[in-house]
Amino acid sequence: MRCGEFRTTYAADMAIFETPLARWWVGAFLVLVFLFPLVASNYWLDVINRIGIAVVGAVGLNILTGFTGQISLGNAAFLAVGAYSTSAVAARWDLPWPITVPLAGLITALVGMVFGTPSLRLKGLYLAMATLAAHFIVGFVVVHWDSVTGGVNGVSVPPARILALVFDSDKSLFYMIGSVAVVLVLFAKNLFRTKVGKAFIAIRDQDVSAEVMGVNVFKHKLLSFGVSSFYVGVAGSLLAYQARIISPENFPLAVGIDYLGMIIIGGLGSILGSILGAIFITLLPELLRLVTGALTGILPGTVQLFASMRMGVFGLAIVLFLIFEPDGLAARWHTIKNYWKLYPFSY
Amino acid sequence: MDFFLQLVINGVVVGSIYALVALGFVIIYKSSGIINFAQGEFLVLGAYVCLTILSIGRVPLVPAFFLTLVFSAALGVLLERLILRPLIGEPVISVIMVTLGLSSILRAVVQGIWGTDTRPFPPVFPSTPVMLGPVPVSQGYIWSIGSVALLLVLFSAFFRYSREGIAMRATAFSQQVALSMGISVKRIFALSWSIAAIVSAIGGILLGGIRGGVDGSLAFLGLKVVPVTILGGLDSIQGAIVGGVIIGVLENLSGGYLDPLVGGGVKEVAPFVALVLILMVRPYGLFGKVHIERV
Repeated sequence: MRCGEFRTTYAADMAIFETPLARWWVGAFLVLVFLFPLVASNYWLDVINRIGIAVVGAVGLNILTGFTGQISLGNAAFLAVGAYSTSAVAARWDLPWPITVPLAGLITALVGMVFGTPSLRLKGLYLAMATLAAHFIVGFVVVHWDSVTGGVNGVSVPPARILALVFDSDKSLFYMIGSVAVVLVLFAKNLFRTKVGKAFIAIRDQDVSAEVMGVNVFKHKLLSFGVSSFYVGVAGSLLAYQARIISPENFPLAVGIDYLGMIIIGGLGSILGSILGAIFITLLPELLRLVTGALTGILPGTVQLFASMRMGVFGLAIVLFLIFEPDGLAARWHTIKNYWKLYPFSY
Repeated sequence: MDFFLQLVINGVVVGSIYALVALGFVIIYKSSGIINFAQGEFLVLGAYVCLTILSIGRVPLVPAFFLTLVFSAALGVLLERLILRPLIGEPVISVIMVTLGLSSILRAVVQGIWGTDTRPFPPVFPSTPVMLGPVPVSQGYIWSIGSVALLLVLFSAFFRYSREGIAMRATAFSQQVALSMGISVKRIFALSWSIAAIVSAIGGILLGGIRGGVDGSLAFLGLKVVPVTILGGLDSIQGAIVGGVIIGVLENLSGGYLDPLVGGGVKEVAPFVALVLILMVRPYGLFGKVHIERV
């Protein structure tokens, strides 16, 4: 009997699913997830929709930050670009969502690549500053370009639809967001089995060596900004369809920091990590709400503290993860899995 | 012409506050290569602590001021020990993220203790303005310019002549080499975080006095001075001062002349547009150490 896992070919090394059984597990899990709306209340559907959107955005940010090593603080701005381009396109030409969502992604990808150009010269901290500037500049444009964005009052988004099929309930949005998320996660997973994805990783690990090995560093950095912003733009677009009314208040700097928190807590450079992180950060305030709700009987006034508690717990989670589990939830998951794989005989 | 002069003088005085906050940034960066995104929260915390000592302890201003500085120093040491020390040698993203996480925690603590309403700050400065040429300037700003000038001289001398200052520069250059020369890098980090917290607290108290009130929005300065530090050069004290004044003047001028044309908000975005341009043209800033690395 085989105990443990032995890879004997490069193909096995590159496989998405380590064992055939894993494929079935993932399939079964997806089926379960897609049956979820049959039993869930609207509240939990809303939560899981937000998780889906966060997964798309976090995978996008992880492509840029975790896999290519380019730090971006401007994620909220790119979300905003995706959301506003959806509202502009959907309202004007009355297009179905399978066209508007990718279109919003493409527009965001272009904007992302513009703000990615400083990465030609800048690294690390300095690039983070440039993306911080991107956040404020996009915010300024959003507030002042009234005709498209509605300024500070915001703009409404028509419901998502395909022909006569309208996606306006939490349930229908769930299927829309879920299918987009599955496709994009699979694409990201496959991206890192290709030459381009490997080039991203090479740039992250050592940019000079990557250049020496024949990777066009600038081209791939820009590409990474493009792909990443595409994902974030799609997330923004889904957000617009879910929220139906978007205003600058939906995209404060804290949103971008939340996304960074997701990939840190989930695990940098891991698709699974982005998903786990997105779930963690989205569920965190919901759990806190439950706790504060339960505590109001004993300690009145906890509800008023909710906002600051959410912030404090978020910060604390980030700091603790960075200190005690820098590789995030994904690494923890692998440790647990490996322990059980050889269960009574693990050492 | 009067309008122009007014804008420039306002810019200089606002810039002096920026310079003070930027100084904290630069000191941490100079010794540890870390950008501290929690600088704005240090500022707010300093202001609130001083306010609390003043109102609850019924302590006069000057001792309260120094008690706040002691508190800030202790805070710096504590944070270094608990949060920064485990992260020595970790990648940039971790360190950036940990300061962002820290800023969330501090903001939560401040809101938890003092709430979100603006607390009135007792008048620190006499309210009669001083005439600077044709432009009236409030005395708080004069104080802030004075203290910035004093701190500039103090810290320039500190980094140039004192043992600790030289050890800090050595640590910034290479932690490994510094360690092998017998410098305690941990102590240097603790020292630089304390200094940064102290400088921010001074900024917070000055701002509280000038605005007559403290609330969480002061923390926004922590991000606002990012362009200042980049313009001046991340590792230059003179740069922080000059950058602060330039950015202050720039935002006042652009706000004053462009706001009527586009309908407001230019003042907030102008420093960041400048930031992008600086990063494109001269990423190491006006006075920063030129560190060339071609990719």
